[in-house]
Amino acid sequence: MLFKLSLSNIRKSLRNYAIYFFTLIIGVSVFYVFNAIGGQAAMLKLSESQYEIIRLLESLLSGVSIFVACVLGLLIVYASRFLMKRRNKEFALYMTLGMSKSKISAILLTETILIGIGSLFVGLLIGIGLSQLMSALTASLFEVDMTAYQFTISSEAIVKTVVYFAVMYLVVMLFNSAVITRMKLIDLLQSGKKTEKIKLKNPVLCVLIFLVSAAALTYAYIQVGWHLVQLDQARFTLCIVLGCAATFFIFWSVSGMLLRIVMSMKNLFYRSLNAFTFRQISSKINTMVLSMTIICLMLFVTICTLASAFSIRNSLNSNLKEYCTADCEIVTMECDSENGDYALSNLYAAADLSLTDGFREYVHFITYADPSFTLSSVMGDILNQALEQDPMLKGNAWQEIIRISDYNALCQLYGKDTIALDDGEYVLLCNFNNQRQLFDKALANSPDMTIFGKTLHARYDRCQDGYIMIGAQALNFGIFVVPDDMIDPNYRYMEYLAGNYTADTDEEVISVEAEMRTRFHQAVEKWEKEHPDEDFIGSINTKKEIYESAVGLGAIVTFLGLYIGLVFLIACGAILALKELSESTDNQILQLR
Amino acid sequence: MELLNIQQIEKYYGNKSSLTKAIDDISFSVDRGEFVAIMGASGSGKTTLLNCISTIDCVTAGHIFLENTDITALKGKALNKFRREKLGFIFQDFNLLDTLTAYENIALALSIQKKSAGEIDTAVRNVAEQLGITEVLQKYPYQMSGGQKQRVASARAIVTNPKLVLADEPTGALDSKAAKMLLERFRYLNQECGATIMMVTHDSFTASYAGRVIFIKDGRIFHEIGRGTDSRKQFFDKIIDVVTLLGGDVSDAL
Repeated sequence: MLFKLSLSNIRKSLRNYAIYFFTLIIGVSVFYVFNAIGGQAAMLKLSESQYEIIRLLESLLSGVSIFVACVLGLLIVYASRFLMKRRNKEFALYMTLGMSKSKISAILLTETILIGIGSLFVGLLIGIGLSQLMSALTASLFEVDMTAYQFTISSEAIVKTVVYFAVMYLVVMLFNSAVITRMKLIDLLQSGKKTEKIKLKNPVLCVLIFLVSAAALTYAYIQVGWHLVQLDQARFTLCIVLGCAATFFIFWSVSGMLLRIVMSMKNLFYRSLNAFTFRQISSKINTMVLSMTIICLMLFVTICTLASAFSIRNSLNSNLKEYCTADCEIVTMECDSENGDYALSNLYAAADLSLTDGFREYVHFITYADPSFTLSSVMGDILNQALEQDPMLKGNAWQEIIRISDYNALCQLYGKDTIALDDGEYVLLCNFNNQRQLFDKALANSPDMTIFGKTLHARYDRCQDGYIMIGAQALNFGIFVVPDDMIDPNYRYMEYLAGNYTADTDEEVISVEAEMRTRFHQAVEKWEKEHPDEDFIGSINTKKEIYESAVGLGAIVTFLGLYIGLVFLIACGAILALKELSESTDNQILQLR
Repeated sequence: MELLNIQQIEKYYGNKSSLTKAIDDISFSVDRGEFVAIMGASGSGKTTLLNCISTIDCVTAGHIFLENTDITALKGKALNKFRREKLGFIFQDFNLLDTLTAYENIALALSIQKKSAGEIDTAVRNVAEQLGITEVLQKYPYQMSGGQKQRVASARAIVTNPKLVLADEPTGALDSKAAKMLLERFRYLNQECGATIMMVTHDSFTASYAGRVIFIKDGRIFHEIGRGTDSRKQFFDKIIDVVTLLGGDVSDAL
């Protein structure tokens, strides 16, 4: 009988339960889909480094899943509390008929279990279906091909989903039983009759609070949106707290304030149905302050995560096209100490290896540094200001200098515009945004620079866009381009080799690159064996590697953004729907009486 | 024979600063097989009195004995058992479960007592016959009229053969025809089946069906009249007289 009662309760109150059930199903399927990504990736053509990224993604997603489970758990508890409240009359009847509280708990327990099993089953089915589509998305995000389509079910993700949701349902059951033990028959019977108290708020206080919280919210947004550089941990926390509190108080005060304002405009207030409309709106805002705040904040999170995830990905992709323009670049730091001379050419020669094999075209060049030409010589008067703004800078840091002929050769290789330079002139190249702003200030008056004892005039009064190292982003912190004959060859700084492979197909690229790496590592190993006390400074960067890690990073960001954004969106929708449902039934009761 | 004995009960609401005495020292008793109506204006404490007797609310002071059991001292399982076996409730707004048919609604009271399906069926059909609702047994509450719903609710209240049936404004939501029909059934249950009924009402017509009427004003017993050998019409006139005495605010209850 109890079972029948539970079942018929669910069946008959489907309208109420539909939203609850629907929320659970979406929650379960989203949870499954994102936890099954690792399993779905099995059918993709992935390289070793991409596998690493997928594994990183998996562990990140499972970490986020705990957070997501908390959000969904709170949502489910909220929804079930809401459904319980609407059944006060029913529980009162059970009690007057002499049913014990444990039996009532048992009815609710049966209902929760039935709904839980149902939603898990349906949700998993939908999730498994959706995750097939997800592998197509994964493939496109990682920019790889699918080997062959195969229907995959991740048992690991199923187990995880079932366990997490079982825990959530358990919490709901405990919560419900706690509520039932506490409830009193008289309160249950009278719950419908208690009219909602409309607290009249002090209008002056409302206006005051509204103005203060509007100001606080504006301040927080300006801090986060336009003063990003100065944002440290403490200020960031302050902004979050201010934002949340101000949102709440704006909703709290706005209904009282708006009503006052409209009521004072008697012509407007008493025209046709306006009085009713305004009262209705203000009472609705009044009763929904907390849920509106929560919905607002959750939508904020959703919009921010989704938008930033996609824009990070887009900028990563466009930066790649812009700043990763050669197949391979090898760079080592010059070392002038007697034994530790490991300039690139020496390094390879010592190991009896060819430096340029496999390159169809390449530019091999050296950059220089003048020990007396440092950041402080460039910055001049504004050095202290610069150091204050960017604590990472050091006044005595050497400035890298490149010959104009080398740089223009590199430009041709990279497919960029070459630059022109007259005798006795210099150009500063920089594209890292913050650094660039500082340099622009220093160059505003086109100051002369003394490099290797010679005075050079500025060709431009600001930095020029340019770089010599390939990469995924604009990361050139400043390089001076000078006429060839200005250089003192004794002050070598770095040695570079950038070039494109003699390869046309993907397979050829892979094999050439493998050879390139082997030779580099052999050379470095030999050097390190001979110089056990010194550290080698140098690296080999390839387009393929940079692409894969950047694309992988983009994919990770997209997945995390989608995951968090979707869950918060579901939560918002569910809360709104439940609120609307309660409004509509309350009105119905009103009409019937 | 005495069934219910109420001894000097009091019920206070609120806190020290603003104390409301909903019931202020009420004592009376009800015999087995009686049909008692409690009358009073809104806020006179009549529903609070019924809530205290029905264990829905608890008294601040005093005792209520039903068959020598002090129900103010009942707790937990004993309270559940007491409600299950000794009491039947009828509410103003019926309190039927929308998810169950009339038959199932009535049967619920018995299945909570763990009766067998056979027993349940006989009892339900029997009580449905008495209340004239056999045709609507398979209908859901939303398919029934208000009068039918209240008779189904009454059937649920008496199907367990409770010692005492408590009704809170049973005719409050019914039109006069349905109310009359329900009250006729109450009288039938009282006289032919020997059910003890206690009913709260503010309506003189409804009260005139009872055998005894207790008037309450400001939490105290104001007056009490028995029907004796009068006809219902004569009794109704007597009630009207008392109501007039009670004062203006009950005039709307005529």
